[in-house]
Amino acid sequence: MKFTPHTAQEVAEMLGTIGVSEIDDLFAPIPAELKTEGLDLPKGISEPEAVRQLKKLSGKNKADMTCFLGGGVYDHFIPSAVDAISSRPEFYTAYTPYQPEASQGTLQALYEFQTMMCEMTGMEASNASMYDGGTALAEAALMALRISKKRNKIVIDSSVNPVHKKIVETYLSFLDAEVIDVVYGSGESVEKYIDGTVAGFLFQNPAFDGTVQDFTDIVAKVQADKSVAVASVYPISLGAVKSPGEMGFDVAVGDGQSLGNPLSFGGPYFGFMTTTKKHIRNLPGRITGKTVDTEGRDGYVLTLQAREQHIRRAKATSNICSNQSLCAMNGLFYMALMGSKGLEDVAALCKSKAEYAKEKLAELDGVSVVNDGITFNEFVIELPVNASEVCAKTAKNSILAGIPFGHYVEGAENKLLVAITEQRTKEEIDSLVSEIGGAI
Amino acid sequence: MSKMLFEKSVEGRKGVSLPAMDVPAVDMPANLKRNKLAEIGEYSELDVVRHYTNLSLKNFSVDTHFYPLGSCTMKYNPKVCETVARFDGLAAIHPMMPVSGGLDMCQGALELIYELENHLSEVTGMSATTLQPLAGAHGEMLGIMLIASYHRAKGNKKKYVIVPDSSHGTNPATASMMGYEIITVKTADYGDMDLDEFKEKMNDEVAAVMMTNPNTLGVFNPYIKEISEVAHAHDAMLYYDGANLNAILGKVRPGDLGFDVVHVNLHKTYATPHGSGGPGAGPVGCSAKLEPFLPQPRVVKTGDKFSLNYDKENPRITSYFGNYGVLVKAYTYALMMGSDGLKDVAEKAVLNANYIMQKLKPYYDLPYDKTCMHECVFSASRQVEKGVHALDIAKGLIDRGFHPPTVYFPLIVPEAMMIEPTETESKQTMDEFIDAMIEIAGIVDTDPDSLHHAPVTRPVTRLDETQAARQVNVRYQKDA
Repeated sequence: MKFTPHTAQEVAEMLGTIGVSEIDDLFAPIPAELKTEGLDLPKGISEPEAVRQLKKLSGKNKADMTCFLGGGVYDHFIPSAVDAISSRPEFYTAYTPYQPEASQGTLQALYEFQTMMCEMTGMEASNASMYDGGTALAEAALMALRISKKRNKIVIDSSVNPVHKKIVETYLSFLDAEVIDVVYGSGESVEKYIDGTVAGFLFQNPAFDGTVQDFTDIVAKVQADKSVAVASVYPISLGAVKSPGEMGFDVAVGDGQSLGNPLSFGGPYFGFMTTTKKHIRNLPGRITGKTVDTEGRDGYVLTLQAREQHIRRAKATSNICSNQSLCAMNGLFYMALMGSKGLEDVAALCKSKAEYAKEKLAELDGVSVVNDGITFNEFVIELPVNASEVCAKTAKNSILAGIPFGHYVEGAENKLLVAITEQRTKEEIDSLVSEIGGAI
Repeated sequence: MSKMLFEKSVEGRKGVSLPAMDVPAVDMPANLKRNKLAEIGEYSELDVVRHYTNLSLKNFSVDTHFYPLGSCTMKYNPKVCETVARFDGLAAIHPMMPVSGGLDMCQGALELIYELENHLSEVTGMSATTLQPLAGAHGEMLGIMLIASYHRAKGNKKKYVIVPDSSHGTNPATASMMGYEIITVKTADYGDMDLDEFKEKMNDEVAAVMMTNPNTLGVFNPYIKEISEVAHAHDAMLYYDGANLNAILGKVRPGDLGFDVVHVNLHKTYATPHGSGGPGAGPVGCSAKLEPFLPQPRVVKTGDKFSLNYDKENPRITSYFGNYGVLVKAYTYALMMGSDGLKDVAEKAVLNANYIMQKLKPYYDLPYDKTCMHECVFSASRQVEKGVHALDIAKGLIDRGFHPPTVYFPLIVPEAMMIEPTETESKQTMDEFIDAMIEIAGIVDTDPDSLHHAPVTRPVTRLDETQAARQVNVRYQKDA
């Protein structure tokens, strides 16, 4: 199936206008000896054949499982209206709003998105999205280095997802920067690194093991030492948990998947980044701002573009160009549909159901809850046997029981990270408990 | 101007109904509980649908308007790709589904990754490809990381990255983000990086040379083989910015030109929608010597089974496997195109660009007057003499129902207008665009001032960008 509309006659007319006799003449600038003889690929197929092939691939994946997997990506309910709105071709087939008069739809939507992310995180300024939660955290570390200028250390708290830690380390490993990793389970506090040499401290709330903390005191100490305090947060938890703004953080980041984006085997999701007014010019990425037109009417434009690669080139705050706009808009539509109250209700459902699951699982012989603090909707349990083997058994009865914690932490082979969303019914939680009970 | 959504909030409205609580309600303890709810507002489903549907109508998009935005390859996005990406087996699966232990729960998902990687390796002439980068610039970053890792492993002391002055801003921004200093080489009168200056500036401390070929002027570099030899003689790697790959699909492969790393913008070349700014996808292909440094996890095939290989030493640039939903669309497009379709894409893209260039040449200055590839770059310098700038022409096009070309880029062309029609546009559409451009050129002579006031047909007239940057307002506030 081709999408080129040219008839043979039109091609001939166009070649005539150009003044060449065949299309190949237009490729004359490419030295003949470099040209390929043809790609070693099958010939193109029709639309129905492509659909059949993709259906076959899709059919090899088990999508009808009861999902207790989390680890940063959660099976939340997505109202139908989210996809209906973002399927408007005026949104999904447009590009970055470089021409504001022809892009007020996108620009106003992104301004509303920025407003909502500020509200959710309790911060004052937001950009128009990053790639994902992990890269947003890495960009926040780079932002801390920019703000602190002469300092080159980044400290990552034990609460941070080890995969995100690895992304931060990867981003910084090519720079004159040092990453200090406070290892999960080491019992070490970041406090001992507050010594006037650290650019930024990175925390996650809830922690990747699900534990919720109040970081207010440590944030104050970090800031007293002129370091930047960064929180990585799970937006759905913000319907119940104290926000980064309420704890005094300088920068909040996170992954927006849980806000209206399907699981889709890992993406596309969106990252977000919010901060205080003071640091707005250090933000990476696109930012939408409000202004007026020549008639004095309100309108929206991409603003503070002097930070960006297409203007500043080597001196830009980041190389980011394309971001995850449409996914951020899914987040916007989701938050709008839920409303302030709905977001609080979803968080309450997640928290309550998770408490129920925790209690029931802990009643099983040989099973205990590992977290010693308060959790939101995710927690770790210790099993008497290997967690992967337990998952294999429950999977036979269509239950994805959780993520074996050994994926993140060495030596944690008997531990399981379990996530509960508002999608899981009491009945499903009861089956999880009985399946795990049967598998150990 | 449209009201803000927040101004439409009515307390007590609901846009979503959730199942009732079926377990005992448990609250967060007071010390961890949020004090003040996020002020999102409260709306009915219709409130939200109508608000955003009406906003969408204020946009230009590929489905509604010709969108010849140079370097962005705004081709048509086939609808079937949207359909398949929503299949439950692809859209409703969690990235941490078990892949081992005899649980073949997402073999199809992994197979798609494996097959698309192989497809792209063949198209680019590279030995391996990863689909993980989430955008073109993310791919560039990974590409430079691979190069840096290679030099580090070899003990090479490298400090610089060479970029031509016509390059995309992301090239120097990326190299600098990865700790390199930038050496810029100017463009020669033949329209690409000056070969003599390049040779002069090349030295043993250069880690990489980043090229876009054809470049942002739409010119295929005639000395590419020589550039590659000079770079490699200094053990510098040659980086291919795939922004313009559309022009050479099935015609020539970056790997055969001597490139060591390539990124491909699937949202350009493989027709996945641009989503008002993203998500894109920026897979990276590399030569065999860079392959060991690719990020984890890699999809491997053993017999007819697919699995994931996490090599803990290797970098991670994202949490999972890339923008998977975008990859599904690109793979579907790749299947439909096949070897014949990809070649046809390049041919028609180049034909369209040359057609527009030829037709507009009498009316606008063409600084590099030669056969172009997928895009052509005009200058409004002739119009500037009458007081009309590229920006005015762009706004005049908006009033005539066309999305403007990229303006003021590449930076080396004063008053640049970079036109990339793409292969999916018909002669009729281009003729209408050409007529509009010619009409505007005429108005420059007769009534130039009218263009300063364009656009007049949109919900807003020209916006004050200076005020936006000075009185920064990036969020709605009720009482403001």
